[in-house]
Parts: sequence; C-alpha cells; structure tokens
Amino acid sequence: MWRNSTVGIAGAGGLGSNIAINLCRAGVGKLIIADFDHIVPNNLNRQQYYHDQIGMLKVEALRSNLLRIGGLSQIQINSSKVSPDNLAQIFSEASIMLEAFDRNEEKAMLLENWSELYPDRYYIGASGLAGVGGNETITTRRFGNVFIIGDGSSELTPGISPVAARVALVAAMQANLALELLLLNDLSYCSGFFPININTRNHR
Amino acid sequence: MITVNGNQVEWHEGMTIRNILQVMNYSFRMLVIKVDGKLVKKDAYDQTTVPDGAEVHVIHLISGG
Repeated sequence: MWRNSTVGIAGAGGLGSNIAINLCRAGVGKLIIADFDHIVPNNLNRQQYYHDQIGMLKVEALRSNLLRIGGLSQIQINSSKVSPDNLAQIFSEASIMLEAFDRNEEKAMLLENWSELYPDRYYIGASGLAGVGGNETITTRRFGNVFIIGDGSSELTPGISPVAARVALVAAMQANLALELLLLNDLSYCSGFFPININTRNHR
Repeated sequence: MITVNGNQVEWHEGMTIRNILQVMNYSFRMLVIKVDGKLVKKDAYDQTTVPDGAEVHVIHLISGG
C-alpha cells in the first residue's frame, strides 16, 4: 500500500495544493512539496488557501492546512525554487514526481531533468487546463514512464488565471493516477530508509 | 517506419527531429522530445537523426497550473 510511499509535488499552486490534499486524505506516507512563492489575493480563485493566509509562503500554508486534515501523511516542505541543481537533493526519495508548475518553461525544465536523473521513475505532468467546461477533452497520455494529463490544447489567455474547477479536475486526475501507480507497482521501496512512525510523522 | 506518439510514420535515411515535426504538423511552442527514451535538446532538432524503427515521443507542454 501507499502508506510507506513517498511522492514529490513540484509547485504548490492550483495543481499542487489540490494534489497534496487528495494524497494526504488518501494517507500517502510522505509528501515532499516544493514552492518558493507566497500567497497573493488572486491565487484564491483556484488554490487551496484562505484569505487569512495571504502573504504566507505557499508551502508553509499548505503544510498547515494538511496537518489540519489530521491525516497520517508526513509533510516535508521546501521553499527553494526547483532547478536542475537542487532537484535531486529535494526529491531523491520520491518514487513518483507530480509536476504542478504554472509556466511551460518550468514544466519542460522539470520533465527534462527528472527524466535524465530518474528514467525509471514515474512522472505525472499537466498540460492544457485553461478555461471552463470540456470535461470530455481531458485525457491522460502516456509516454513511457511519463504521463501528461490535460486537454493538450487550451492555452492561457494573457491576464486570465486558470479556473478552480478545471484545475482541480486535472489535479485530482494526477493524484488518482499516482495512487493507482503506487498500488499497482508497490513503490514503497524508495522511502524504505525513512520508515513511517505514527508518533512523529506529523511533526516535521 | 518509426512510431511518433503511437502513430506509424514513414521513415527515410537522414530523417531529423525537425523533419518529423514537419511531417506531423506539430507547431507547438514548448516541446520535450525523446527518441527511444533519450532526451533530445531543443537546439539539436535540426542535427539529430532518428534510426528506422525508433519510438519518438513528442510531449507538448502548455502553461497553466
């Protein structure tokens, strides 16, 4: 089961905050979440934060929200900007990478570097989630160990943010696929050197 | 023949990544491309040739998250 598994979430915006909540409620053993950004008012249209958290580091606020769920997941946060130089250092324990960035340059940077570093590990990215509607257009495409979820076509309109419902839909599909892969493949070995202890897992 | 994102595509000697993008009509801006699991960097699309039978993945990334 996934209680002994570790997954990485790169980005704690609309995708990352929703992915983390889903995986935390499912009881995934350990979540490693990295984001350097602070919460601003216009994040609240889609990101799982609250008005009284504006100004906080996203990863701090997310950890606090996840701990309030009271689940069993261990939450490890990192407020660095993810780069080719620190990727291995931050996410080496993760058996699955969940890409939750906003900008396509960052998505490409992560995919290229993760694939080079860990060709045998899974990667679940998102591409094409702007706007509303089009439920039937959102699909999962597989390229070896890489999965890309989204409609594959809808570009952001400059100045207009993605909308909560469609972002959450893609995020939930990313989380759902991660759970499926953990279940099917028993990926607990990657976190084997960090045994989960029920007394300490919420206190990092 | 080669496979591009699951589609069978006619192969020819000296076929480059750029040729494949043209054949497939892929005009996306942000791509990650792998040939038989190996990453091909953007600045090498014109020089990199693919062997017959290759499996090519062209992954299109769009902003938003």
